[in-house]
This record gives sequence, C-alpha cells and structure tokens, in this order.
Amino acid sequence: MAFISTGYNPDKPMENRITDIGPRDYNEFYPPVIAKNQGKWSHHEILEPGVLVHVAESGDEVYTVRVGGARLMSTSLINEICDIADKHCDGYVRFTTRNNVEFMVDSKDKLEPLKTELASRKFDGGSFKFPIGGTGAGVTNIVHTQGWIHCHTPATDASGTVKATMDALFSDFQDMRLPAQLRVSMACCLNMCGAVHCSDIAILGYHRKPPMLDHEYLDKVCEIPLAVSACPTAAIKPSKQTLADGTEVKSVAVKNERCMYCGNCYTMCPSMPLADTEGDGIVLMAGGKVSNRISDPKFSKVVVGFLPNEMPRWPSMTAAITRMVEAYASGANKYERLGDWAERIGWEKFFEVCELDFTHHLIDDFRQQAYMSWRQSTQFKF
Amino acid sequence: MAKHETPLLDQLESGPWPSFVSDLKHQAEVRAKNEKGVEYQIPVDCVDDLLGVVELSYKHGRTHWKHGGIVGVFGYGGGVIGRYCDQPELFPGVEHFHTMRVNQPAGKYYKTSYLRELMDLWDFRGSGVTNMHGATGDIILLGTTTPQLEEVFHTLTHDMNQDLGGSGSNLRTPANCLGTSRCEYSCYDTSALCHFLTNEYQDELHRPAFPYKFKFKFDGCPNCCVASIARSDMSFIGTWRDDIKIDQDAVAKYVENDAAYPANAGAHKGKDWGAFDLEKEVLALCPTKCMKYENNKLTIDNANCTRCMHCINVMPRALKIGDDRGLSILVGAKAPILDGAQMGSLLVPFVKADADNDYEEITEVIENIWDWWMEEGKNRERLGELIMRQGFQKLLEVTGIEPQPQHVAYPRTNPYIFWKEDEVEGGWERDVDEYRKHHLR
Repeated sequence: MAFISTGYNPDKPMENRITDIGPRDYNEFYPPVIAKNQGKWSHHEILEPGVLVHVAESGDEVYTVRVGGARLMSTSLINEICDIADKHCDGYVRFTTRNNVEFMVDSKDKLEPLKTELASRKFDGGSFKFPIGGTGAGVTNIVHTQGWIHCHTPATDASGTVKATMDALFSDFQDMRLPAQLRVSMACCLNMCGAVHCSDIAILGYHRKPPMLDHEYLDKVCEIPLAVSACPTAAIKPSKQTLADGTEVKSVAVKNERCMYCGNCYTMCPSMPLADTEGDGIVLMAGGKVSNRISDPKFSKVVVGFLPNEMPRWPSMTAAITRMVEAYASGANKYERLGDWAERIGWEKFFEVCELDFTHHLIDDFRQQAYMSWRQSTQFKF
Repeated sequence: MAKHETPLLDQLESGPWPSFVSDLKHQAEVRAKNEKGVEYQIPVDCVDDLLGVVELSYKHGRTHWKHGGIVGVFGYGGGVIGRYCDQPELFPGVEHFHTMRVNQPAGKYYKTSYLRELMDLWDFRGSGVTNMHGATGDIILLGTTTPQLEEVFHTLTHDMNQDLGGSGSNLRTPANCLGTSRCEYSCYDTSALCHFLTNEYQDELHRPAFPYKFKFKFDGCPNCCVASIARSDMSFIGTWRDDIKIDQDAVAKYVENDAAYPANAGAHKGKDWGAFDLEKEVLALCPTKCMKYENNKLTIDNANCTRCMHCINVMPRALKIGDDRGLSILVGAKAPILDGAQMGSLLVPFVKADADNDYEEITEVIENIWDWWMEEGKNRERLGELIMRQGFQKLLEVTGIEPQPQHVAYPRTNPYIFWKEDEVEGGWERDVDEYRKHHLR
C-alpha cells in the first residue's frame, strides 16, 4: 500500500491550487429529453407504484422508474446503478431528496425491460437492491441520518431503525392505498440533521441522562465558557473539582434536573458525553408536514415519549408505527394527511385508535410553546 | 470469510428492503478480492472493521465514534468532518475515518461516467462507502485518512471540475427540488437559482464566518418537495400572482371519469375510492372556498386563492399554474436545537427569479440578512432564534421591507407595542416641573 500522490505538494499548498469552483453544472447531466423539454412540461401521471410519465407540451414523454435504496451505499452498488443506467437509460440517472434512485427512459417500450431488470436484482442476504415504489398515496423512502455508522452524538442507529421500519412498511412502499402520501423520517439525535420535525411519522433518537463529566480532561480539551453558554437551560456552571490524587482542576457542574439532554454541551465539549445504553432510545412523533396543500405546514407532535433501543430490529417501535399507519389508512379521508386526520378526530381519539398510551411526558412543559398546546376549551371527547 | 462476527447485524439482512448490511458485506469482499487491482490508499479491510464497530454499537447500545478532530483541506474550514473510532485497537481499519462532503449537482442528475469516476476515486483513496445523499444534499464520501484529504480534493478539482460542500458554521450546501427540469408545477428554475447562489457564495460555503450553520433550499412550488419551509434558514418557494389557467374540456374529462384523466395524477390507484367527485374532492376541500362549478364550467375567484396547490395536484391536466411567476422568501426555519423548532416565516411575498440581472433582488435580501446576523447573532444562534430574540420588526428594518398583512397569520393579541421615541409626537423627554404646575404632588 504505497502512498501515491496526485502531485499535491504539502510544502507549497497554493501551487496550482484550484478552489471555489462549486459543483458540476447540472446542465451537463440532464438526459436529452429533459434538456429539450425543460420548463415546458404539460402534465404527469403515476402509472403504477414507482412508475411515472411526464408529458411535455411538445408531446415528448419521459418515463421514470423510482426505486428505494438504503442511503448508505457502497461504490459497488453505485457502479451497479450505473450499469443499469448505461444499459437502459443512455447513461443518465438521478437521485431524489428522499434517497430514492430514478431511472428515466424516453419511450414506453423501454419501460418493461428496465422494470424487469430492477426487480430481479437482489443482495446475497435476500433483500431487493432496487425495489420499485415510493410514489403517490403511499410511503416513500425514509430520509435519515448517520447513527452508529458514522456519528459521534447519536442516541440510536439510523440505518438499522430505517431498515426495520421499511421492512414493516414495505407493502405501502409498493402500493398507493393510503389516503395521502405518508412521509416517515428518522434522525438519530435531537440535533435532527434529518429535520424530522415536520414528518407524518418521525423516528427520533433521544438521550435521557445528563452528561457525564470527565473532570480530569475537561479544562484541557474544552473552553469552559463555551460549554457553559452552550446550555439552553442554563444548567451548567463553572466549578472547581478535586481529583482523586488531590489535584484541583477547573471544570463545570451540571444541575441535572434542568438538563433536557440536547447534547449541545457535548458538541462544544467532548468531556461531557451523555450516551448511555439504558438512557438512550427512541421518541416517536407524528402529524407533521411541509406541504402547503389544503392546510398549512405543521410540526410533528410527540406521540410516544420513549422506547428502548431494541437491537437489531426495534420491534416495539415498528409495532407502534404500524398501528399508526393502519389506523390512518382506515380512518382518514381521501387527500387527508396524517396530521390533518388526527386534528379532525382529535388527538385524544388518535391515541385511542392507534392504541398508544398517553403519559405525562406528552404534555409540553418547555418554554412558551407549552401553553399553546394545552386545551383552553370544554370541547373535548370522552 | 468475514473478519468480525456480526450476529446482530446479520439479522438486518433479511426482509425486502435493501439491506445496508448485505451491501457492506459485499463491499468488504470486493475490497478483499480486489479484482480490479486497485492500489488501495487506506486499509483494505476498513469495511470489515466498519461492520465490526457497528456490531459493537449494536451490542453496547452506544456509538463508538469519537467526538471532534479538526481536519480539512488547506484554506477551507468546511467540507471535511474529522472522525475517529474510539476502539482503534479492535478496529484499526477505521481508526481515522473522515467524511468528505462533495457538492452535488443541482437536482441530483448524473451522468454515469461522472459517478463512475467519483466511485473509482473513492475506491482508490477512501473506504468505498458513501451516502447518496446526506440530508443537506451533498454526496457524502464516508471514511478516509488524513493524508488522503488533500489528494482527494486535488483530484476532484483538477480532474473532475468538482468542489467540496459546506460544513461547520458556514453556508451549507444549497439544495433544490428538480424544478422545471421535470415538473410542470415549478414556478421558477430551482436548479438555476441554486447553482447560481452556490457559486456566488463559495467563500461563505467554504470559510466559516457565521455564528452557526445557514441553509438555503429551493422549492419550485408550494408543495415543498425539498421541505425548504421546515429546514432552511432561507427558503425560496415558487409561486405566481395571476390566475390559475383552466382547460374546461379537461375539467369535463375529470368529471366524466375518463381513464386518461385520473384524479391526483393517479396517486390513489392502490384503493378504490369510488368515482371522482369534483364537488367533494376539490371544491369542498379548497381551503378558501374560492371555486365554483356551475353549468359544466369551473370558475376560480383567483383574488381569494392562496395557491395551496390542491386543485392543481388533483387535476394536473385541467389546471395549470399562472404565468406571472416568481417566488416567496421565508426565513428562520430550523429543527428544535436549541430553542425549539421553527417554521419559516414569510418575509418576501413575491419576487421575480431573474437570472438576467444575476438575481439582484434576491441577493440583496440575502446579504442584508447576513450583515445583521453576523453582527448581532450569538455563537451557535440560528437566524430563526435571532429573529425571535430581536423581533420580526427588526428583520424588516434591516432588510428595508415594508410591513404588510401578508407577514402575519393574525395581528398581535397583546397591545404592548414598543414605540420608538421618534415615532411619538414631541419625543419622550418632558419637563416634570411644567407637568406639576397642573398636577399637585
């Protein structure tokens, strides 16, 4: 494994350096039918789950086959995607915001061979490599974060919880029986790199214990004022600590009952870790959306305050999610998003029909948002 | 033969959904066999060790990636995230396993020749594991060692005409829905605007100078397929301000339940919802009730339409977005950290997306906001939190935008109005002795 240099010279880093050129121009990557009809599309139709046709004003058509995929992908798998795109799609392919892959062809007769090819490919373990689906009134791919694969603050795994959930919801990925689209999202800690706070159903990794304090190292690796000011609830203050050997060190003290386990202190100061086997787990949220369609965009609400991490398949979590999806599928009106349905029937009924326990943890007690969520009327249901 | 036993992860190989475990195992084998004869620049068995470390996390219920590590490429503060394993002796192949964010092309369209070139680079100098894509939009190359960072960057810039994305307290890689490239709803070319602003603000993307992260996202219409309204400090959402175009013949086809005109573009084909009912499925669900269907003719009171998209989504062959197109700018959206989640708030109801003048009206809003936030924002304070702390009126002041009813869902419910001294006749300074001449103590 000899080191091979590109010609970069660390002694003269600015020599021939190219910077700030930005991404490749998207125009290079448009399939010809897209480039030709860009801005001149007339309408589209979802022909079957995962298969769309877009019709241009010129009469041109582009057929898209959407397939789901794990967001985590190897170069081998991406090369396989390229093989398929070369064979069927003239060497073009695109990805969606929700980590689906879209293969496009410019005529209907190219559709069936492409679909057959995609559906036939499987991993050695038996799962599909390219399941077709994720359109319309169904479940699309889950957007998610890194989890235990690559992140330093997660309270749960991302790829594993998503795999377990998508296995449970797989038929709704390949069907369009739901009242409206149902977006499931996953973020492995409160930092929400995946921004799950406006999803129909959100899986959120969550810590439940205040940070540990590594007094011996804290002052050596952290700026104490930054750690103190990082805390949104002012639970951290500077303190002096005496180590076992009698040395006095500068450190911090945490008022544990004020901590809401956001992990912001850990981000600022690595000597304040808070991950814990029993403390960490899953929060489920529901009823959010980002579309302005019919009703305003809205935040997801916490509907399950805590579920333990049950590796490798998180069965309590997938069971709760499945109950919500089934109750929604049978209870909501056509076009009604999960949150709109919950508001129409009332959240007290939502807990009843989804067979979810309501606990004191679900009553908001954080700052001014809390008051807006308490009931200020006698209009409730028994 | 696998290097580490992974009994817990193995259970994630079954089931229909694509298994990341199967993919990683296959990748580990590909590296071990090395049929292409790649001169691997980082440990060949890094994917084996990645599986091993994740298995250990499944056993412990805790991550095994260490916090921090300042690494990067010369002159940039963003684009590379340092990552180290906290069990390097057990898993030496991933002891150093840094992430590189590669700025994705707008709309995430690719030519396979480009993707293959990128994959070859990552096989050669990295782990061969990626995220396609990260939540912010970048192509994420997962796992390489420090000496490879400059080399990867050199190849990207010299051979692939491709730059890194953003990380840290700077402009994060902007992302857009596919816009006019393949969507009839899109009110502006989201890719063009995303690409322009990405290039215009390369300095902000690569050299952290902000209080915290800052995100731009571009949605072509109010359906918000990239969720800009919920997760970007500035969200650009396409809209129009003239009339929805109606094709009455096509409306009739929907009413007649013509098979070529499926409601909602066929999105509900998985269940028999009964025959399409215009009254029930469109008129009654219109949030402003601004539509009528009389004498086989659909009419829309456009002045009272809020462009929610429902009717257009239901009948894409009959109803089209208007011709006077542009976008709305909303600001301040963020996930809960630290002060709770915030949705984007409407700042600019309408502006043209005008590429001919380099989107001047849009960049002016952006730069006014940045000037204010960089001056007043505290460390790790998102724009939305600054707006909460200093007020929406302050935001209007710094951007020079006139207040209008579109800025609020409803006017204030408390009368505690903060007047400025110069807004009150005669100012605040008064003579108490003069006052006492007419008011005894």
